[in-house]
Amino acid sequence: MSSLGPTFGRGAMTNSWTDIRNTDLVLIMGGNAAEAHPCGFKWVTEAKAERGAKLMVVDPRFTRSAAVADHYAPIRPGSDVAFLSGVVNYLLSNDKIHKEYVRHYTNSAYLVKEGYAFDEGFFSGYDESKATYDRSSWEYEIGADGYAVRDMTLEHPRSVFQLMKKHFAPYTPEMVARVSGTPQDKFLKVCDWIASTANGERAMTIMYALGWTQHSHGAQNIRTAAMIQLLCGNIGIPGGGVNALRGHSNVQGITDVGTLTAAIPGYLALPTESEPTLESHLGKRTFKPLQANQTSYWQNYRKFYVSFLKSYFGAKATPENNFGYDWLPKLDVAYDCLRMFDLINQGKTTGLICQGFNPLMAIASSNKSAAGLAKLKFLVSIDPIETDTARFWENHGEFNDVDPAKIQTEVFMLPVTSFAEEAGSLTNSSRCISWKWQAADPYHDSRTDVVILADLFNRIRKLYETQGGKGAEPLMAVDWSYKDPAEPSADELLKELNGKALVDLKDASGKVTRQAGSQLASFGEMRDDGSTDGAMWIYTGVYGPAGNLSQRRDNADPSGLGVYGNWGFSWPANRRIQYNRASADPEGKPWSERKKFMFWNGERWTGPDVPDYVPTIPPSQATGPFIMNPEGVSRLWVRGLMADGPFPVHYEPFESPVTNPVYPKLKGNPAARVFERDRASFGNAKEFPIVATTYRLVEHFHYWTKGVHMNAVVQPEFFVEMSEQLAAEKGIKHGGWVRVWSKRGSVKGKAVVTKRLKPLTIDGKTVHTVGLPLNFGFIGVARKANPINGLTPPVGDANSQTPEYKAFLVNVEPIVGPVA
Amino acid sequence: MNIEVSRRRFLQLAGAGAAGTAIGALGFGEAEAQVSALVKPFRLVQTKEARTTCPYCAVSCGMLAYAAPSKTNKGKLEVVHIEGDADHPVNRGTLCPKGAAAIDYIHSATRVKTPMYRKPGTAKFEPVTWDFAMERIAKLMKDDRDANFVEKNAAGTTVNRWTTTAFLSGSSVTNETGWVTYKVARGLGLLQIENQARI
Repeated sequence: MSSLGPTFGRGAMTNSWTDIRNTDLVLIMGGNAAEAHPCGFKWVTEAKAERGAKLMVVDPRFTRSAAVADHYAPIRPGSDVAFLSGVVNYLLSNDKIHKEYVRHYTNSAYLVKEGYAFDEGFFSGYDESKATYDRSSWEYEIGADGYAVRDMTLEHPRSVFQLMKKHFAPYTPEMVARVSGTPQDKFLKVCDWIASTANGERAMTIMYALGWTQHSHGAQNIRTAAMIQLLCGNIGIPGGGVNALRGHSNVQGITDVGTLTAAIPGYLALPTESEPTLESHLGKRTFKPLQANQTSYWQNYRKFYVSFLKSYFGAKATPENNFGYDWLPKLDVAYDCLRMFDLINQGKTTGLICQGFNPLMAIASSNKSAAGLAKLKFLVSIDPIETDTARFWENHGEFNDVDPAKIQTEVFMLPVTSFAEEAGSLTNSSRCISWKWQAADPYHDSRTDVVILADLFNRIRKLYETQGGKGAEPLMAVDWSYKDPAEPSADELLKELNGKALVDLKDASGKVTRQAGSQLASFGEMRDDGSTDGAMWIYTGVYGPAGNLSQRRDNADPSGLGVYGNWGFSWPANRRIQYNRASADPEGKPWSERKKFMFWNGERWTGPDVPDYVPTIPPSQATGPFIMNPEGVSRLWVRGLMADGPFPVHYEPFESPVTNPVYPKLKGNPAARVFERDRASFGNAKEFPIVATTYRLVEHFHYWTKGVHMNAVVQPEFFVEMSEQLAAEKGIKHGGWVRVWSKRGSVKGKAVVTKRLKPLTIDGKTVHTVGLPLNFGFIGVARKANPINGLTPPVGDANSQTPEYKAFLVNVEPIVGPVA
Repeated sequence: MNIEVSRRRFLQLAGAGAAGTAIGALGFGEAEAQVSALVKPFRLVQTKEARTTCPYCAVSCGMLAYAAPSKTNKGKLEVVHIEGDADHPVNRGTLCPKGAAAIDYIHSATRVKTPMYRKPGTAKFEPVTWDFAMERIAKLMKDDRDANFVEKNAAGTTVNRWTTTAFLSGSSVTNETGWVTYKVARGLGLLQIENQARI
């Protein structure tokens, strides 16, 4: 999400699951949809069967997706940027790009100001002592009119287009083979197929998942893919897009709501302590257009922010008190999971509440997590099932070898309702908000999360009321005026997310457009004077005057393009394909009859979807299709919006079998954060010569289904997948026991010796990879195993801090297995 | 009989009828009566149907869940059958090996039935009342908050933060639960709030 936002304007899957049926070519890379998203993968099968679409899979393993692919190319874990940069170079150097799209819908024509430089893998502005960049030299040249300077011929040496050509030139097919181990012919076939879509006649979709995000350069993997799609003109069109196949059933919705350290619902920002006043916060984020006539939708940031504050603090938020801005907590630093567990390990964070979260299994470097949990004063697990985390203090022999007597943590395990025992809405990974109805009563004594959290909040507030205490004022300021304060209903909570008019809203002529108390139909109605509320602007419309649209179940599809516009409600504004104005050329005509979607009919924008655009702006105004960006266009060059550079660079994983073959001076991502205390926990290729990567299995979901009988029956135990060559080298037999260890931990399991994995030649050296399924642990009904994250390194992506689970170093040896 | 005929039951009866008619036209009227007598009532006729969503991956497949009075948990309805929702445009009635077994998740052997409490230094969980658990957690949180809440930072800026307790929020809960979680966790002044989106 931290790469799609800087590129396109919004950080979410661009198209929908059902839109995949419209594609001509599918690239699955950094994911394995057939295994991890089987019921969504059917749309790939459908496109293949109905349209003759082709499927390419690039993966370290010959996966279940690869098994049904038309072309498979192997790759070394952690080398995706090099591979994808090779594709960018191929498209640019062979002039296989969708020129008009690139010229008008990307920032290729923008000039970067003087002073920018790139040398031996480092961008200008690097501070080695802090491992950060001063990003000021990555900005545009601004003209006398206040707008960014462009050269529409794309010839200027400082134009993004020319800088890009130069930047990607080193990634030749030879270099890709050297870095990624992909044979040149297999790589070139991928390039050739991708190039076949760079014309407005054909579309390619890219489907990825955690195989791209879980790297110290994860956001740059996705960035490079997004650039390829822009060069081909595959964004905003049916069958196109960069499609993030996300993890949990409501991970999109929960990302939207923003239970994240630095977030406010709807991708607004929690203030930092350097923003002492509301104005100082808003001023930085209310982006003015960088070209004439651009929408630059974040100009409305303050309307959304004030409406949020009105929902959060209710009547207590007034213009006089800056709508309660002072009461919001202010960040000193962002507390991602890696930092959180570092602080827990140091004994500085002493209380932990886990709601449907099993961090002992899920966070990198489990041994560090386990040591940290033992230092907590209290731990609360709110989960339908018992988790390994909730029982971290219990001795499970070699799988969790602890002494309970030495652990002083108070632990609570609270029973919560399962998915079928509650009502409410979920947002699938293609942004469609759908309601579910309660099917059964709460299991035994379980209660809903809402009841548990309301109870906790009301009890704590009562303690402050009766006893007083520190920080009572901001705590008591939170609005809690629900009909039943002990149990806010899903209906009223969704209404609160949507927002309403607090007074009669009037237009310029004084006519009432929305009566006081009425739900808002669109975020376009939100105001910055406190006359509207709405906790999450992007969802406005889901529960407008017409009622709860997430409950819509009309599966009619009149266009036959898989739009399903009356099924649930897709944020924003019920758009199913984001940036869909780009499906038409600058004059408003479809790029081709074959790809016809949204177009200008002479009076307004029309087509099967809701235009992602002001519907009445004529093509003559040259307003760009990427309305969130102040440029109006998408960004091939992301300016200073990403920590590790305006363009992608091949960074080796922090644990790598080779020195970076492209830029030998680079050791990992130079902008990634490594805690000083963790430095000694990284291994080197001499001691740990084998690459390891983790993945999930179709029979299991993370660490839940090891507690589910049926799934434990069909896939009962942990195993280690390896090539025949590695097995022969180590004297390991198929089905025999092996130990896999990294600098941080060790696991044991049976070997699955397979042709699905093959050694690759990297920079002249043979490199083996082992595959490790992640779904096992010591609690549940499946066979016990050590947590796989006992092996993984404590470093995350430079932008999102997503841990590097997909490429690290281990060693492997045969062992004598347990007596059966 | 005055029972509500479900869509499935209706289709099943209509199917049996059509087949019977064809057989009847061939002079097998007796056979039709015998077949009809053998057709068992559809086993989900007396259940309550609800449209729900698969709890696992982000395809968020539509599901139909059928509930009936529980035999072990008296007075409560429990899910007795789950299948894919054929009307759902994304999964069109299909479920994967996880979704197809989701009923076993609901009835998992490791499902938590009642609040459990582990005292410091002990080697077991013991069942406690909701009231005990919630009162104790509220007290532990208030004590920690009172000891560590920062109203102003060193520069004198109002910061109203509490950085010694962390909240890991689930990504399978509903949007509405997410909003309540946000409101409670931020309302307490927490900065260490994360979910599975970034791991």
